[in-house]
Amino acid sequence: MQTKRMTFSSKWLPYALLAPQVIITLIFFIWPSYQALLQSVYRQGDAFGIRPPTFVWFDNFKALFADTLYLNSLKVTLIFSVGTTLLSMSVALLFAVMVNRMIRSRDSYTTFLVWPYAVAPAIAGVLWWFIFNPSIGIMPYVLDMFGYDWNHRRNSQDAMMMVIIAAAWKQISYNFLFFLAGLQSIPHSLIEAAAIDGASRMKRFWTIVFPLLSPITFFLMVVNIVYAMFDTFGVIHATTEGGPAQATNILVYKVYRDGFVNLNIGSSAAQSVILMAIVIILTVIQFRYIERRVNY
Amino acid sequence: MASITMDNLGKVYAGNVRAVTGVNIDIADGEMIVLVGPSGCGKSTLLRMVAGLETITEGTLRIGERVVNTLEPADRDIAMVFQNYALYPHMTVFNNLAYGLKNRGLKKAEIDRRVKDAAEMLQIGQFLDRKPRQLSGGQRQRVAMGRALVREPAAFLFDEPLSNLDAKLRVQMRVEIRQLQKRLGTTSLYVTHDQLEALTMADRLVVLNGGRIEQIGTPMELYSRPETVFVAGFIGSPAMNMLPADYLRTLVPAEALAHVPQNADLIGIRPEDLALAPPAMGEIGLSGRLLLLEPAGAESHLHLVFDGIDEHVVVRLPHVPDVSEGATLQFSLKREKLHPFHQASGQRVA
Amino acid sequence: MVENNRWGNILAHIILILGVAIVVFPVYVAIIASTHPPGTFVRGVMPLLPGPNAIENYTTVVTQGRSQAGTPPIGGMLWNSFIMAMAITIGKLSISIISAFAIVYFKFPFRIFFFWVIFLTLMLPVEVRIVPTFQVVADLGMLNSFAGLSIPLIASATATFLFRQFFMTVPEELMEAARVDGAGPMKFFKDILLPLSITNIAALFVIMFIYGWNQYLWPLLITTDPEYYTIVMGIQRMVTGGDSEPLWHLVMATVVLAALPPVLVILFMQRLFVKGLTETEK
Repeated sequence: MQTKRMTFSSKWLPYALLAPQVIITLIFFIWPSYQALLQSVYRQGDAFGIRPPTFVWFDNFKALFADTLYLNSLKVTLIFSVGTTLLSMSVALLFAVMVNRMIRSRDSYTTFLVWPYAVAPAIAGVLWWFIFNPSIGIMPYVLDMFGYDWNHRRNSQDAMMMVIIAAAWKQISYNFLFFLAGLQSIPHSLIEAAAIDGASRMKRFWTIVFPLLSPITFFLMVVNIVYAMFDTFGVIHATTEGGPAQATNILVYKVYRDGFVNLNIGSSAAQSVILMAIVIILTVIQFRYIERRVNY
Repeated sequence: MASITMDNLGKVYAGNVRAVTGVNIDIADGEMIVLVGPSGCGKSTLLRMVAGLETITEGTLRIGERVVNTLEPADRDIAMVFQNYALYPHMTVFNNLAYGLKNRGLKKAEIDRRVKDAAEMLQIGQFLDRKPRQLSGGQRQRVAMGRALVREPAAFLFDEPLSNLDAKLRVQMRVEIRQLQKRLGTTSLYVTHDQLEALTMADRLVVLNGGRIEQIGTPMELYSRPETVFVAGFIGSPAMNMLPADYLRTLVPAEALAHVPQNADLIGIRPEDLALAPPAMGEIGLSGRLLLLEPAGAESHLHLVFDGIDEHVVVRLPHVPDVSEGATLQFSLKREKLHPFHQASGQRVA
Repeated sequence: MVENNRWGNILAHIILILGVAIVVFPVYVAIIASTHPPGTFVRGVMPLLPGPNAIENYTTVVTQGRSQAGTPPIGGMLWNSFIMAMAITIGKLSISIISAFAIVYFKFPFRIFFFWVIFLTLMLPVEVRIVPTFQVVADLGMLNSFAGLSIPLIASATATFLFRQFFMTVPEELMEAARVDGAGPMKFFKDILLPLSITNIAALFVIMFIYGWNQYLWPLLITTDPEYYTIVMGIQRMVTGGDSEPLWHLVMATVVLAALPPVLVILFMQRLFVKGLTETEK
């Protein structure tokens, strides 16, 4: 990793400059993560100190993978992440392609499409929860006219659908901006060359534009999965609270419940460790991709 | 005002990479020395070592009487003009000039006076309130000069200051810098890769190659008597023609080459030393086929292949001759215009 | 250029207008709901046109909150959110820019090691280490405090990387010129580097402010005293606080007020926002 060709010389200054960041990282990031690792291989002692914590190897992990609730949570997280990513990205791509055609109205549309980024996931959840409210919400009313009886309080699929929509809605802005930037970076001469070669508009999109967008698409996929897995705690917590019948109990929410409400520290720690592994893998993928993009 | 003495200066980078080896240069007070050489020859590194921007790993550097090897750049009493000017983009021209003076704790009135003087000298007075991005390339160059001037330093260091300008402006600024330097009488070290710039600006020039000095001397010394094959090829444009000595020995009578030592195996001939005429008494005659005639207004360059040899030869004439390509032409050459070299050592012999 | 045909353009406009409508719809509904009296939400479908109670509802939430559910007046929560967001933003920016300065402009032992320590924060979001982080903050006595709300969140690899990247593009000669002009490291930082970074700082400020304002899980964990509730987490307390149906007119008034500051930031600083967003991910 580079520095400038010539650097300042000071024995202590660089350490002083790094100190705040490094100290905060050590205290609030590294140390707790180390604790989580440690707790994940212990069974906790009782509150009175009669039974001390015991080292249990991977029992906590074994217990987790034998637990149908945890396996269910994995499945729910998978569906939720994939659903949110697909919905949000496809809608955003559609908007970006349409906006990219516009010349005068491009900025106005962009303004209207970017601001949901500012809305907190929890608030996004509450908004859609209200819209889908079975007794007074507007959507169940509309759906009822088509003969569908919406009730996310009882119906697992309805609940999943609702949290996916809420989570995806907020993320459209982000995906839209990146797709638009990607579209604008495609040289116009390429499109013109394809047109001269006789490709129709649809064909041009699928054979020229979409492949050229693939690095951005891949990047956004990773970012969206990270978002859906880790940043959507608020969506669940403020609305369904994991229900009904565990139908929306995503991993992050379960860690929180098991740690803070059910006070099962060992299991919660083991879940944390698994989540850490997932983030690390996703981060590595993301950075390898960035390396490649920088290099070519 | 001060002299600069480089005593056996050398630079070795981490990982044992050598950039500069055994450089000895004495720059007299008020002298303008130009460091010239191809890219990667170590000329910029040497300049930066004098500036204090690179550490000196070998030898001693004196500015005036002081050894300055380990001093910070700001404490060496030098000022530097950078290739890309390095103007502070967020500061006005005035503040660009004043920044170093403020850091030195000069009084406001003194700063004002110096900036005004320098601005007047460089004719940038009307730009003092502008930001660098609002200036043209030539104006930025002047501001960069001004930043060096206001410091009233013991020495100016120039790192290829003209290479970002277009050809016309470059010639104009070349003249201005040289006039200014003569007027102020400030010791200067000037780095360039352009041999013409070096020849026209230097009191003495230093040709560097591979981190070593090839030759030091006045422009005319280097031009008329290059000490190495490298200098012979680097100084002068079009470059000096190099012919095998044996070729000449077969062509001309032995007594005509009596002054060329026997161990000389390479003979250099400047393009302008060949005249388009049959040889007179005591002159060397050469003939060759004209490949291409390049007329350049007041002069012309003739590209030829000499008879009986494959070497490509260039001749510079002070006029455009009426000859056609493909014709065989006769040239004459004065005996004393030969530059004999020893190829293996690269050194001049005699 | 390849011409767009007219019908295609009209179709595109239709799609976009529908799209904008869908994107705007939830907030429109919230604004409408916040103007109705409580009776509207007892039965039937919610209205789509404004009601008469706007001033009354907003006055209620700002001054009284929903005391029976233990939620304080919104005014205080908005203020808390603002303090937290500003503390996080300024904290992140300051410690990131000086770390990047150290990493780019100095050579020193363990430089790469520190870089990786900072990099690790990317891989360890709060969500994956909830319980032990809570314990650390509790042990340090930082529960129910602004320090606890902000300091643990201000380590930022993203901002450090962005500044590092920007510093690498600053011409080498500027620093050399500054040194010849007699500027030491901190003087160079203050006089040259900081002014040059101002656009980047502003762009990151927008992103970080939104990040800080929208914190949810963290304040939820470490505030039990309503005095320190922030608005985004306060909404959850309002929704689930009582046994009965939420008081929708008040919840939605709160939602509007909670979403307004970051939305305004984006709308008024759209260019900086887009720059901040796209550049932090490079």
